[in-house]
Amino acid sequence: MSERTTETALAGTANAPAIRLCGASVVPDVSGVLYLPSHETLIVADLHFEKGSAFAARGVHLPPYDTRSTLVRLRQVISAYAPARVVALGDSFHDDGAGARIADDDARAVRAATAGLDWVWITGNHDPNPPAALGGRVCDELDLEPFLLRHIPRSAPATGEIAGHLHPVATVASRGRRLRRRCFVCDGTRMILPAFGAYTGGLNVNTQPFADVFGGAGFTAWMLGRDRVYPVSSRRLTGTV
Amino acid sequence: MEDGPPPAVDMAAPVLPASFERWFAGRGWLPRAHQLRLLELALEGRSSLLIAPTGGGKTLAGFLPSLVELTVRAAVRPRPKISPGLHTLYISPLKALAVDVARNLEQPIMEMDLQISVETRTGDTPQSRRQRQLRDPPDILMTTPEQLALLISQPNADRLFGDLKSIVLDELHALAPSKRGALLSLGLARLMRLAPRARRIGLSATVADPDALRGFLMPQPEAPAGALSELVYGEAGVVPDVSVLASDERLPWSGHSARYAMGDIYNAIAANALSLVFVNTRSQAEMIFQSLWAMNELSLPIALHHGSLDVGQRRKVEAAMADGKLKAVVCTSTLDLGIDWGDVDLVINVGAPKGASRLLQRIGRANHRLDEPSRALLVPANRFEVLECRAAQEAARALKQDSQPPMVHKLDVLAQHILGMACAGPFDAGDLYEEIRSAYAYAGLEREDFLKALDFVATGGYALRNYERYAKLKITPAGQYRLAHPRFAQQYRMNVGTIVEAPKLKVRLVKKRTARSAPLGRGGRYLGEIEEGFIDQLVPGDTFVFAGHILRFEGLNETEAYVTHAKAEEPRIPAYMGGKFPLSTYLAERVRELLGDQTGWANLPSQVRDWLSVQRFKSVIPSPDRMLIETFPRGRKHYLVCYPFEGRLAHQTLGMLLTRRLERFGARPMGFVASEYALAVWGLRDLSLMIETGRLALPELFDEDMLGDDLEAWLAESSLMKRTFRNCAVISGLIERRHPGREKTGRQMTVSSDLIYDVLREHESDHILLRAAWDDAASGLLDIARLGELLKRIEGHIIHRSLEAVSPLAVPVMLEIGREPVYGEASEELLREAADDLIEEAMRLV
Repeated sequence: MSERTTETALAGTANAPAIRLCGASVVPDVSGVLYLPSHETLIVADLHFEKGSAFAARGVHLPPYDTRSTLVRLRQVISAYAPARVVALGDSFHDDGAGARIADDDARAVRAATAGLDWVWITGNHDPNPPAALGGRVCDELDLEPFLLRHIPRSAPATGEIAGHLHPVATVASRGRRLRRRCFVCDGTRMILPAFGAYTGGLNVNTQPFADVFGGAGFTAWMLGRDRVYPVSSRRLTGTV
Repeated sequence: MEDGPPPAVDMAAPVLPASFERWFAGRGWLPRAHQLRLLELALEGRSSLLIAPTGGGKTLAGFLPSLVELTVRAAVRPRPKISPGLHTLYISPLKALAVDVARNLEQPIMEMDLQISVETRTGDTPQSRRQRQLRDPPDILMTTPEQLALLISQPNADRLFGDLKSIVLDELHALAPSKRGALLSLGLARLMRLAPRARRIGLSATVADPDALRGFLMPQPEAPAGALSELVYGEAGVVPDVSVLASDERLPWSGHSARYAMGDIYNAIAANALSLVFVNTRSQAEMIFQSLWAMNELSLPIALHHGSLDVGQRRKVEAAMADGKLKAVVCTSTLDLGIDWGDVDLVINVGAPKGASRLLQRIGRANHRLDEPSRALLVPANRFEVLECRAAQEAARALKQDSQPPMVHKLDVLAQHILGMACAGPFDAGDLYEEIRSAYAYAGLEREDFLKALDFVATGGYALRNYERYAKLKITPAGQYRLAHPRFAQQYRMNVGTIVEAPKLKVRLVKKRTARSAPLGRGGRYLGEIEEGFIDQLVPGDTFVFAGHILRFEGLNETEAYVTHAKAEEPRIPAYMGGKFPLSTYLAERVRELLGDQTGWANLPSQVRDWLSVQRFKSVIPSPDRMLIETFPRGRKHYLVCYPFEGRLAHQTLGMLLTRRLERFGARPMGFVASEYALAVWGLRDLSLMIETGRLALPELFDEDMLGDDLEAWLAESSLMKRTFRNCAVISGLIERRHPGREKTGRQMTVSSDLIYDVLREHESDHILLRAAWDDAASGLLDIARLGELLKRIEGHIIHRSLEAVSPLAVPVMLEIGREPVYGEASEELLREAADDLIEEAMRLV
């Protein structure tokens, strides 16, 4: 698993066609992060650290390894791109109690990741107040001309917007088989990133929230395959689950 | 099969009170020997297994001891104001059966004017009555394994069951080989502690191994486990009259529709008073029902019955059957069990029966006069199924059984039970272990495994990091485990049971839209439920058959799919999950023998004989102890077809693993398709040449070591394995089906079990839940155990033929290519195609 991710992260830069977004090139990585070469910036959405322990506190004892698992994958892709800046696009922590619940070694790993580069926590609905002790700076939105990075996409035209929040997945079906994958969603003017966290589920792009964002017009789902990202026209997608 | 000798009964023994004698005589009946024998044993306080065919007065036999005891008790002291507590607990696999048996029991009670109260307790019982039943229990309570689990998790269960004298387990052969059976076994162990003197009476159809069920009824000693109950046999039924359809029509090479035989089936229905037409899947039931109606010139009343239909609709069909208003019912295994709906004259089994015991059980539905043979007609859907039907016919004539053994050591069920026991009250871990180990399904359970399950319930049982502060069970100062918060008891009660169903959507029939843009009418008639996974593949406008209608999919909202009537020539047929039984090992062996026994071919239909003769000429007929592999080119691809006869599930797993290995050998495999009898794999390289030049060694390709790393690697991404894991996660309580305060459906499940599976596999691959899933996979959807036996069986016994072209034996499985979805995992290929469409679209000039 670990080696493969590193390899494919590199392959992603070479293989996957870059996306044209507001006239600039952005690179969708097969791991689900987006790289902006013009800004040497890596963007990752919806990490949901400590989602497992949030459930555990309610008596649903999910395996307590989600933060660790998410971190390992994230650090691999960071080392593959070696960006100057990382932007966590909101909902990086599952709730305000996450900072208190996170295990010591995981907290250390987060601090190690945020050190030595410009790390930005964009606030999300799950984490209006990201823990202060883990490094990085906090802001509600980040302007990286021509892009504007925020957590929740606006339900009005928003050229240049890069957001998360919706956890997009898409499904294709053919000959009785069906494949469901996380995806980037882009119509050339704005983009939504897939959720990166180990326990983050998905919302099908054929549902109302996406129609609200893209005004019911067509878009391309950049579906995460095993080794590369596949652009699929919204007309080709099936299902709502 | 054990055909027990008729038990010697001293008919003079005055076990039956005079009032009962009179009742029997008044109905023109004589008490049967097995009824008296069971009564005698029960009154001595001994537990017994009664094995008798349907219609043998089995249920009455089970209750007779209770009725006698309660009558005697009432005579000694009239029923006091304060209830003396529950006397008899009856457990059946079906709610409907419990209700039906309660109704039947009312008759002798009323006619003999006995002062005995009988009540049912199922999921449908109103809350007020449940409460009252706990305060003031009836003499006899009829319920299900899930309800028993709930009852013993009550803190006052000891009071409820303190006076229990008898436990009657109906259809035990059907319950024991399932997780519900494991749950029941644990419930029995608890009942043994609450009411040590209660006797157990098991009622069962004939099974392959009666001793397993005798053991199931008894608390098992520490070692060696092997306590057995008494065994009583009812009169053996008459050997059934089973025939295999000899049609003049052309026998299909493959497929499961049996369309060719619809005329023959229709004629058989017309010639008999009431026929049951059994099929193996709900989609087959729909298809056959459609075909029969299409040719129904005589307007015969033919109905449809399967588990996805609206309950009201099913009840109507059952009532019409009981009233003798129907000529035939097309049904799935929903009518396999128990309830007598009417006098069935003929059982028609469409498709191969898959197991000898299953067939006998179905034939038993046409068994209302014990002295007459039940009649059954087997309808093979294709040429291979002719062989399987022949094998099943011989098995039925010899009353051979191949029923499954009880399920044992299921760790997910154990975890659920442990939480239930904590709901009943604080417990000592050592005591609970002893109790659980005395259950037949957990005899020999290692203490370490019990402690792991206990740890899992308490905190999730994770090795590297724990949830001690969020524990569900805490340890008291006295060293006992207790529930950490009452809300966990509520959680338990809302999630009890071992049946995990795929998420389903309600299907509603609405009026056709007047215009394209007009909104769909809401409401509409409720037709039943279909798996969400099926509906999700449909786009508005797609047609399919359901509930006996051809329907057009119009759209959906949260939990409902809207459909309208359609007239389509070729509707898509619902592909329900499950419902396909694997071919039993016993029948598989018999099919291999029939094929190899060339002198016996004379008894086969001429079309089948010709088919096999050409095979002998062009390739070879494998003897039963060998597995034939054929390789040949066709089109621009090269095929490898093998004939293990081990059932579709094991073949699918084999196909998955073979393609991985062929990939490594450089054979560039492209795909595979599995049938019940054979497996075809194809690729781009010349497989015959690779074998001849020694670059591909068949013994190496089929080596048992494929169950090592190759299997391990595949399991990491197998969707079948993930489905298996999900079931374990739900049963064990890791994932809730329902949460207090909100009804969850699969659609809203907050953390997908697939994600949990991935994380757990990565970080703690020996976790108890993964072990539970692995154990299920061995016998369930992946049938790994059977694949293991196959690989062992064929080691050194492979024969290979390089052919110029496809062989006759290979035709059936080759025809499945393209018709059946190519099994295995949906691959990246699908994504690539979808992406290519985009490119093509982008390059289009207009």
